[in-house]
Amino acid sequence: MTESRLLSVLVDNKPGVLQRVASMIRRRGFNIDSLSVGPTDDDTISRMTITVHVGRQQAEQATKQLAKLIDVITIDDITGLRNVAHELVLVRMHAPPGERTELLNLVDIFRGRIVDVAASSVIIEVTGSAEKIDNFIELMRPYGIKELARSGVVALVRGDQARIRLMDFAIDGDEPQTEPSRVAGVAGDTTGAV
Amino acid sequence: MLTGAQIALESLIREGVDTIFGYPGGANLWLYRYLPDYPALHHVLVRHEQGGAHAADGYARSKRGSVGVVFATSGPGALNLVTGLATAYMDSVPVVAITGQVPSTAIGTDSFQESDVIGSTMSVVKHSYLITRVEDIAPTIQEAFHIARTGRPGPVLIDFPKDLQAAVSAFNYPDTPVRRRSYPAPPRPDPAKLRQIAELIKGAKRPVILAGRGVLIARAEEELAELAHQAHIPVGWTLLGTGAFPVTDPMALQMVGFMGAGYTNKAVCEADVLIMVGMRCDDRVTTRLDSFAPRVEHLVHIDIDPAEIGKNVIPHVSVVADAKVALRELNLLVEPKREHQWLTQIDQWKEEHPVRFTNHTGLLQPQQVLEEMYARCEDEAIVLADVGQNQIWAALWFSYRKPGLFLNSGGTGTMGYAFPASMGAKLANPHKTVFCVTGEGGFVMNMQEMATMVENNIDVNVIILNNSSLGMVRQFQDDFYDGVRSAVDLTFTPDFVKLGDAFGMKAMSTDRLEDVGRMLDEAMAHKGPVLLNFNIDPDANVYPIVPLGKGMLDFVEAS
Repeated sequence: MTESRLLSVLVDNKPGVLQRVASMIRRRGFNIDSLSVGPTDDDTISRMTITVHVGRQQAEQATKQLAKLIDVITIDDITGLRNVAHELVLVRMHAPPGERTELLNLVDIFRGRIVDVAASSVIIEVTGSAEKIDNFIELMRPYGIKELARSGVVALVRGDQARIRLMDFAIDGDEPQTEPSRVAGVAGDTTGAV
Repeated sequence: MLTGAQIALESLIREGVDTIFGYPGGANLWLYRYLPDYPALHHVLVRHEQGGAHAADGYARSKRGSVGVVFATSGPGALNLVTGLATAYMDSVPVVAITGQVPSTAIGTDSFQESDVIGSTMSVVKHSYLITRVEDIAPTIQEAFHIARTGRPGPVLIDFPKDLQAAVSAFNYPDTPVRRRSYPAPPRPDPAKLRQIAELIKGAKRPVILAGRGVLIARAEEELAELAHQAHIPVGWTLLGTGAFPVTDPMALQMVGFMGAGYTNKAVCEADVLIMVGMRCDDRVTTRLDSFAPRVEHLVHIDIDPAEIGKNVIPHVSVVADAKVALRELNLLVEPKREHQWLTQIDQWKEEHPVRFTNHTGLLQPQQVLEEMYARCEDEAIVLADVGQNQIWAALWFSYRKPGLFLNSGGTGTMGYAFPASMGAKLANPHKTVFCVTGEGGFVMNMQEMATMVENNIDVNVIILNNSSLGMVRQFQDDFYDGVRSAVDLTFTPDFVKLGDAFGMKAMSTDRLEDVGRMLDEAMAHKGPVLLNFNIDPDANVYPIVPLGKGMLDFVEAS
């Protein structure tokens, strides 16, 4: 069974890091749902927030393989933790002057804002969880979406547990395994392929 | 003030480099301009960059602790390294490749001999660098060597634009060790885990150790032997772990897996405590995954790479650490133990399933050649094998009474590896005998290096087990692909004696057993490379073998 996993990765801010991370994830056969990258308060470090769609064991492999990349400083699987995971969407709506009020009410409900106004269109900006963004887009559809741009997720863990959970996999990847020893049978039964 | 090229060469000397395998071209000419000024750097001109990469690999594998170095120019030169880098990557071999690149101002313009080498090699190197400032050259080289040789070793590539080779800067080699927050030192073994393992060993009734290449990389052979002898635990090994444990030791099993010895597979399948050290548990080891170690109650995995833990096989207890440190500290906790019933059982399996061959044709058998060769190795010679039947025969007939070096491309399975790699092994170990076991298929894949061998008079004894076909593929086709032989016939192969003659390399050929010993003696007495072609039984097969899709205990033996 696969599920969406949210990885928060701190990397050295060096050329080619994005390609290394993307290349590793592709090579190991994992699918990226979304990836966002940007600088942090320390200009030598960037943060990548990656959503991958994988199974439980694959998720562990993905994080361990990512941790092995020389440019990766820490990697944190924050799936299921109390976190703030937000996306941003910009929507250009068909909005002739007479039809704007209703639209603006919906924008208010979603705590969005109008960031551009033209004669017959507006650009609306909304941030929030993926679900909230999905809902907002669905509501906008009937009014006529002219253009849409949506970011990947950026996420931080809430409260004080955040820094504690950030871990170094070279040490922490060695948690006791309690599962039965019998091999999973999924990890590549490629016996005998020449 | 020095040029970037000089800084690079000075830096290599600081890193202890004495040998470089390389090939010049437009984009690394500044390096070659200054190379003659550094007589401490012995440059070996290979005849193809792939040969250079394998030679650097053979150098590093055979001289543990060292890093192999290869130079290539941009574009095609650099791309020719890819297979060699992949080979080193899969088998965790420390190699530093320095590739010329078009001038930094021309990058991205599709200029002559430009290619995206960083992008092309990304998935087959441990790390790579593009030099962008002349001041970065020395610290980059220092860091590249550090990353190549520490932790789980691997190849590192440095792409070096031509203009920066010519740029001028002061030379200051960093005098502090490399520190990178994103590259921590390997962790110390967790004492609690080691105590747990010691307890498991104490309670084990049918313990088995499997040793991988990690044991050899860590130089942990003594610690492995101590553990085995202290607690009476039989030791098997992977293809790449061959040599880590004396074959003649009473505790020795043999190679495990797809083409491993039957008694090793039986022991692994019957084991209650299985201790895997420095290995990846790939499909050639486990065969069908669900058939691997079905009765094991406690699976222990020790490896320096946390990503190997639980990748294919999920252990109960795992230790992420250097194998030598982990085994040394484990040995302090393991109580002496004497085992009878289990060892008696294993001895019985050894009798029932010996590693053996049969000769139905009266023709020369490959194993006969190898027996003669190993008889002359004196537990000291470095043996390289190529890929295919020759590789498995050479591994299964490896017979040292103490740990030794058996080098081959186990992970990537690169045909053509052994011959150029043996150049590196001999240059790294001038006082040791080096044998290169190969097939006629793999040999011709890199036979251009005969010129390098002869030019530098590199004293390697090359043994071609010539069965006039791509033997392993032929065997698979015969047994698993409806017996249809397709594209495996190599009857049209050069006359190797004439070929040797053309290159100026001493060469001999026979198909008779009585010539084998004499030819080997002559080759070993000769100070220089020798090519020995043995025309063997064309239908000789590798046994034991687990048929495709079958489990560990379904091995088929020679009959």
